[in-house]
Amino acid sequence: MQVTSRKFKENSHKAMQDENLRAALGRVKQGFTTARSVAASELPEFEDLRDKARDIKDEVLENLDYYLEYFDEKVTASGGHVHWCSSAKDAREAILKICRDVDAKTVTKGKSMITEEIALNKFLASEGIEPIETDLGEYIIQLADEPPSHIIGPAVHKTKEQVTELFYEHHQQYGYTEREEDPEKLVGEARAVLRHKYVTADVGITGANFLVAETGSTVIVTNEGNGDLTQSLPKTHIVVASLEKVIPTLEDVSTVMRVLARSATGQEMSVYTTFSTGPKRDDDIDGPENFHVILLDGGRSEMIGTELQELLRCIRCGACMNHCPVYHAVGGHSYGWVYPGPIGAAINPQMVGLEEARHLPNASTFCGRCEEVCPVRIPLPKILRHWREEAFEKQIAPKPERWGIELWGFFAKRPALYRLATRAAVKLLSLMAGKKGRLKSLPFGKGWTSVRDLPAPQGATFMEQWQKKQKREG
Amino acid sequence: MSDTDEKLEVALFVTCLVDINRPSVGFAAVKLLEQTGCKVSVPDTQTCCGQPAFNSGDRRTTKQIATNVIKAFKGYRYVVAPSGSCAGMITKHYPELFSDDPDMLLEAQDLASRSHELISFLKDVRGFEAKDVKFEKKLTYHDSCANLREMKVVDQPRALLEGVGDLELIEAEDREACCGFGGTFCIKYSEISEEMVDRKIENLLATGADTLAAGDLGCLMNIAGRLYRKGHTMKVLHIAEILAGMGNAPGIGEGRH
Repeated sequence: MQVTSRKFKENSHKAMQDENLRAALGRVKQGFTTARSVAASELPEFEDLRDKARDIKDEVLENLDYYLEYFDEKVTASGGHVHWCSSAKDAREAILKICRDVDAKTVTKGKSMITEEIALNKFLASEGIEPIETDLGEYIIQLADEPPSHIIGPAVHKTKEQVTELFYEHHQQYGYTEREEDPEKLVGEARAVLRHKYVTADVGITGANFLVAETGSTVIVTNEGNGDLTQSLPKTHIVVASLEKVIPTLEDVSTVMRVLARSATGQEMSVYTTFSTGPKRDDDIDGPENFHVILLDGGRSEMIGTELQELLRCIRCGACMNHCPVYHAVGGHSYGWVYPGPIGAAINPQMVGLEEARHLPNASTFCGRCEEVCPVRIPLPKILRHWREEAFEKQIAPKPERWGIELWGFFAKRPALYRLATRAAVKLLSLMAGKKGRLKSLPFGKGWTSVRDLPAPQGATFMEQWQKKQKREG
Repeated sequence: MSDTDEKLEVALFVTCLVDINRPSVGFAAVKLLEQTGCKVSVPDTQTCCGQPAFNSGDRRTTKQIATNVIKAFKGYRYVVAPSGSCAGMITKHYPELFSDDPDMLLEAQDLASRSHELISFLKDVRGFEAKDVKFEKKLTYHDSCANLREMKVVDQPRALLEGVGDLELIEAEDREACCGFGGTFCIKYSEISEEMVDRKIENLLATGADTLAAGDLGCLMNIAGRLYRKGHTMKVLHIAEILAGMGNAPGIGEGRH
């Protein structure tokens, strides 16, 4: 997708004017946060499980090469193929080659953020292969020709009315000539349209929540069952996953799964959990004849051993954005690239460059709620601060901002001078405010006064008053 | 707690916002600390805890300011700040800043171990109760993010407010949501901050309370400023002012009587 992170302010301005989006984001905030909090409180060992999940992911990241090779070996042994791809381009080409080999015309797709990351749909379409999203949310945004705005609810920004219009516009060719308004019937309509596509697709592409090293299995969790049809009906199944998705054992999968759905949607577990191990065996009744795993690095191995390594623990549950007041205000598209919310603000600078994404780590109050709910305890604020430091050092932050901080720092480092400056500033501000107690506008303080009055200082600094008091009392 | 012969020496970290904008919070803190038998000093080489630089990515300036603070507060048994945010900076982030400098790390850890947020210090360390104070108001309490998540100062302010005579405490919805202050965030991303503070205000007003209190002046200035801009008349105070019996003075942003 086209990166628009540079325009974060413009994007968010537009988003905040959009009444449909505001309504939709209100539901994210209410629905997901309450559900998570109930699910977490109902499981006494939830906090311990978060520690365990973090430890499992850390163990993987410390020994990533070992687990990946182990996984590759097991996939190969079960008759599948692993394609190691260092870049998005490599991944797209590997996928295209597999599609060409089976002369594919259409490809059904389960939900996968990595295919968003490598912009697979546009690429396949440009090569004459039709990609069809089968996850309801992904299907909706595919019809709307929009990127996802949330990692687990890609169409969370769309209202029911907008879906009615989209289906009315696109489903007339299938005989649906009325505007359908009932949500259940809308789902039924999408299901009927998609059912036919599953059967005729040449290739099914899914993502993976986990790659299990000990068995060579890939795992997806879904709530719609679309992933199962996507991967079992076509002759070829391609799994597209990034390398940090590998996990040592099935036992580990079950541990991490206990925090995944609870953190994401507040469910105890998702409706469908599907394990795929290699292609159809001789005595299997069904399943794909070819099984491929596209293993994408995409800049991740560079993060190992750096301040960013902990980001690779992410299991893409979306809890950080569900609880983020900035995400609640601006929605997912404002972030301008595939990953929105706190995880996006932390990882996008690595993926698209700090200069492009410099707003994202800055647009945070460091309220800390993301870290508080992250099931694998990623210190998101700390990583956002890391980017701010890098931006400051590399002078990426705009000059007025840097000068402001440097000027303030000049005084803050010199207590005597600071006393004089603050005394003068306080006198001036209290004079300007008069008896009113607040200022409506300030020549150099528009950032503050464009939104709020500035409560005026009480008249003299604490230090000045304290020193006088000390002298008086001798 | 008792007024022993040898008074406990406590240094007040005033915080830059209290120093400049609302000295009465500093005097309230002094009064409360003295009531619990502390002898309060105010080291005069303090300026700010360094958060503006720290959160802007200027680590070098942050370290210089932190070094100043560490020096200024050396030797005091306790250091107390009327702010969760500044106390969090000193107790959690100073040691982190000097993680690659063993000598300074020890100094930072030593300061961190002696430093407290005011309300939790009063309640947990000094066993303070606000039993002689009256404040006839319906009050709602805002948890600053630093107090809520970093310092875990959540129950202490409520317990102390419960003890204040005639005061009715009403909790707001969505208490865990940030007010949108975030230091320089509220200036750099004022439009997003506006959206956040408006949601906060909506929940605060819905309580029907006539007074708002919190333990961090940053949040309070942001919320009070926005309340006035929107024409609301809720009175906004730092919790220390109420506990010290100074709640009848003009609120934050309110004109002089």
